[in-house]
Amino acid sequence: MKTKTPLLKVESVGIQFGGLKAVSDVNVELYPGELVGLIGPNGAGKTTFFNLLTGVYVPTEGTISLEGEDLKKRPPYKITQKGISRTFQNIRLFSELSVIDNVKVAYHSLSKHSILSSILRMPIHFKGEKEMDEKAIEFLKIFNLDQYKDEKAKNLPYGKQRRLEIARALAANPKLLLLDEPAAGMNPQETHELMNLIALIREKFDLTVLLIEHDMPLVMGVCERIYVLDHGQLIAQGQPEEIRNNPKVIEAYLGEEVS
Amino acid sequence: MTTIKRAKGFWLSISLSLIFFAIIQVLIGGGSLNPFYQNTLMFIGINIILAASLHLIIGITGQFSIGHAGFLAVGAYASAVMTMKLNMPFTLALVVGGLAAALAGLIIGIPSLRLKGDYLAIATLGFGEIVRIMLLNIDYVGGASGMQVSHLTTWPWVFASVLITIIVIRNFTSSTHGRACISIREDETAADSMGINTTYYKVVAFAIGAFFAGIAGALYAHNFYIIQPSNFGFLKSFDILILVVLGGLGSLSGAVLAAILLTVITTFLQDYPETRMIIYSLVLIIMMIYRPQGLMGTKEITSMFKRKGGSSHENKNTAA
Repeated sequence: MKTKTPLLKVESVGIQFGGLKAVSDVNVELYPGELVGLIGPNGAGKTTFFNLLTGVYVPTEGTISLEGEDLKKRPPYKITQKGISRTFQNIRLFSELSVIDNVKVAYHSLSKHSILSSILRMPIHFKGEKEMDEKAIEFLKIFNLDQYKDEKAKNLPYGKQRRLEIARALAANPKLLLLDEPAAGMNPQETHELMNLIALIREKFDLTVLLIEHDMPLVMGVCERIYVLDHGQLIAQGQPEEIRNNPKVIEAYLGEEVS
Repeated sequence: MTTIKRAKGFWLSISLSLIFFAIIQVLIGGGSLNPFYQNTLMFIGINIILAASLHLIIGITGQFSIGHAGFLAVGAYASAVMTMKLNMPFTLALVVGGLAAALAGLIIGIPSLRLKGDYLAIATLGFGEIVRIMLLNIDYVGGASGMQVSHLTTWPWVFASVLITIIVIRNFTSSTHGRACISIREDETAADSMGINTTYYKVVAFAIGAFFAGIAGALYAHNFYIIQPSNFGFLKSFDILILVVLGGLGSLSGAVLAAILLTVITTFLQDYPETRMIIYSLVLIIMMIYRPQGLMGTKEITSMFKRKGGSSHENKNTAA
């Protein structure tokens, strides 16, 4: 279909919890710059698949590679540093930290000043912290969150917390962004804002996005390609139009027709 | 500009605490502070170091460790061996006490910090007991009857140790490294997915905390004439834990304040041995009912003096 080399290549990946095969034999290829959706009924294994990509779970079979580099058995923080960053289904902000500190945590792995330089308050510490501060403020401005920078993350309204979580994931400078149900619990107004935000970040950052979502208008509206998972297996893939009319997908969502 | 302002606040706190130090030193030198009060002062200092070091592990990094008396014991015995058996100077004994405890922190921390919550608590509790039982069975350090130690802990030593402990922990906390630790406390999975090496930072916090507990142990040992393994049972660990919880998990000034307050209360309650534990427990129960977040919550003293908008943790007055 496309001649470019894939950014992410997932080959027959699966994971087994005891006797339960939560995900099995999944093949996914993502190309640079794509916005791809991942849908499926509840319990289909979508979030488990994200956890496999980010190293939270280690796959029991198959391989995952980013830009040709094998990611298997790397701890989650290394995978993030390699360029996969994510948000969570149930928001996981650092709630007691301020908005700006949430973003600064994402910059941590790029910081150069050592623990010793911080304890002794050497000039390199101040320089490093100042750079982080400035970078974080610039960053928050893009997301219209700079006026809340000293607010505790937990005190933000729901929609803004989602926005901050996406901002934080992007601050880690990913090549691939995984969004796990970003529109969950949002009202239509907030969902609309979110769609604009996703469009904006794709434009601003050179980014590939994989999106789990239940909000069909959103998925059909923004995604270029869609993968469908059911019972841990890939049952369909293709353009939104094809997916909409795929009998297998309809069956998975609505159940079999009574004959 | 903010850096300059912050630096000013820092130096102001340092000068204030030095003035406090000088006043006490003059009082001790002039003989107007009797040995009872002097001893209370030492205890307050030692407890501040213990509270501050456990604060880094529990309050900042969120690792529920209840074996802190183990590190205290390692520091106490290591330093006592240095001064009593090897005739080394007290300065060296202090450092060795700290390093020995930090090493113990690494040894126990690397395997057990994979555990979370209750499991980690039980593992650290076990560690504390192992240290105690081991000391009980080593004849070189006197076994159950304990070890004689000369009285070397003096006010300047205690004061310098308290000051260094607070500065180091405060500087660590208010840096990107401290933020990494707080992010682990807030949500370990999210911290991991933000590129934080969570195991590394947990171990670092554990080792720094253990180091200062070891220093406290050295001061503690040389403040008595004898140390025994029974001084370092798990009740001692709970005493330190209470300081941190009462002060407010996540607040360094709270931990310091609680250390001062509870040490003073315990000291004065010694006059009423029959009702001592009842009153002490009542204070804790009432405190936890009416102020479950602890004395300071997660706030620091300095943030009260600042205008709204200041988020950084400043150094607080180290008046001990």
